[in-house]
Amino acid sequence: MIAEKGEGLRLALSRSALVLVAALWLGPYAWMTLTSLKTLPEIVRAPAYPLPAAVQFGAYREVFAAVPVGRYFLNTLVMAVAIALLQIALALPAGYALAKLHFVGRSRAFALILACLLVPAQVTFVPVFTLLGTLGLVNTFAALILPFGVSALGTFLVRQALLSVPDEIIEAARMDGASELRIIYGLLAPMIRPTLAALFLFSFVFHYNDYFWPLVMTTDDDVRTLPLAVALLREQGTGVRWHIVMAGNVILSLPVLAVFAVAQRHILRAVTARV
Amino acid sequence: MQPRRAHHPYLMLAPTALVLSLFVVYPLGLALKNSFFAWDLLTPPRWVGLGNYAEILASGELWGAAARTLVYSAIVVVFSVSFGLGLAVALNRRGAVYAFVRGAVFSAYVVSWVAVALLWMWILDADGGLLSSMFRGLGVRPLNWLGDPGIALITLAFVSVWKITGYSMVIFLAGLQDIPPSLLEAAALDGAGPLRRFVHVTWPLLRPSAAFVATTSLILSFQAFDVVRVMTQGGPVKSTTIFVYAIYEHVFQNLRVGRASALTVVFFLLLLGLTGLQLWAFRVTAVQKRAT
Repeated sequence: MIAEKGEGLRLALSRSALVLVAALWLGPYAWMTLTSLKTLPEIVRAPAYPLPAAVQFGAYREVFAAVPVGRYFLNTLVMAVAIALLQIALALPAGYALAKLHFVGRSRAFALILACLLVPAQVTFVPVFTLLGTLGLVNTFAALILPFGVSALGTFLVRQALLSVPDEIIEAARMDGASELRIIYGLLAPMIRPTLAALFLFSFVFHYNDYFWPLVMTTDDDVRTLPLAVALLREQGTGVRWHIVMAGNVILSLPVLAVFAVAQRHILRAVTARV
Repeated sequence: MQPRRAHHPYLMLAPTALVLSLFVVYPLGLALKNSFFAWDLLTPPRWVGLGNYAEILASGELWGAAARTLVYSAIVVVFSVSFGLGLAVALNRRGAVYAFVRGAVFSAYVVSWVAVALLWMWILDADGGLLSSMFRGLGVRPLNWLGDPGIALITLAFVSVWKITGYSMVIFLAGLQDIPPSLLEAAALDGAGPLRRFVHVTWPLLRPSAAFVATTSLILSFQAFDVVRVMTQGGPVKSTTIFVYAIYEHVFQNLRVGRASALTVVFFLLLLGLTGLQLWAFRVTAVQKRAT
């Protein structure tokens, strides 16, 4: 085989990119983890010395002592799972109507839903905050979950997936006497499982991580979420104890990194989708 | 297909319509209305007409926030898109090592902004931070990355670049997958080296991906908040008070709903303008794609 022209150069470029990337992206993670295993005297004495003298989990114990991690973690899970499920539950009938049924105003309805992509939470948070304030819903799970009940992107993805389902399958189910709800949730939903998995994971990760909305909608420990707690670790300390903050960081990041490691393919599907 | 009953499609869309009108459409109207009132959330709102708009214009607040947001976004978009492109081209190879490194870059996009912001605060810490220590080790005086009003915004922008470069990388990787290998092979047979192949084959075909990723990251970076809230709280001396943070500060620290709403309305119009730009960029690249 004749070596392709320039192959050596490309390989060298790729190799150097590998080393650079490893240092730039994995280095900070390593630094975070190493710091979290140190003790306060070590950080004060030689903050930039890479290795802890011995692996110490004291910082993690202090995180658990400083904030109710379990409570916050549970809140975060409940919120993120509820949002993801609600988005799927609402996107399925909407996507079905938009993909399969003829009705007056269909294309306009679709355009309107997509137009809502243009209005991010950063635009609506002030009026929604005053609205929920008048309704007495600030500091409730409703305030965290309901505003995200519809994902325009999710509705779009479900519609696209349903477009490729043959009409005959739906007609056959109708002949068998299945109700429309049964067709949507019992027949079509399992058929587009990869799309729903992508939507679920993308939404879950986004809302698990979300700092902005829980910050402005809650003040109460009962409904506050983990990112808020970890951010507070730095604010409340007298003199910043970075090993504790980094331990909080590890606790916050590990679940998401684990989900990502297992389901990278699904998350990428949603991220690279184009409307 | 015909619906079984004429009203079925409307019923199926009703929950979606309800949520969107309650949490998107109605709030937009409410923001517009509130922008004409002075309201501190405690006493009843008082009509001030265009007073809030006059105020944010006269105080220079609007221009300040807009200019800072623009600087931040420009840095984020230019660097994350070019790094993302470079990494996509360099790492578009088979093999577990490449897959792992691609995953590492993208993982920063998946992790919470809070975690990323806190991690970099520690690395950039003026006293004990890793970066400052490395500078001192090399005998260079480290900058006060987050404490100097002249550079804090730039620092935040580069932390954001670190976080979202993985996003543009995966979009470019998806674009690279769509390029038929036969095209590159043909160019190689014609004697084109890697650089010429990139300039004449790869890049023209990646242009739609580039338009997509540049405009979406521009719109997303306009909405940045977490990184500011965690790392600098808008300071030092307002130097990192970008748009969303300015709105947040008005409501939750100064209790000025009216002015926050006026800023929100302007912010929304800016986002609409950027979306127009996005649609235009897509049209242009689509035309070019057809022409090639």
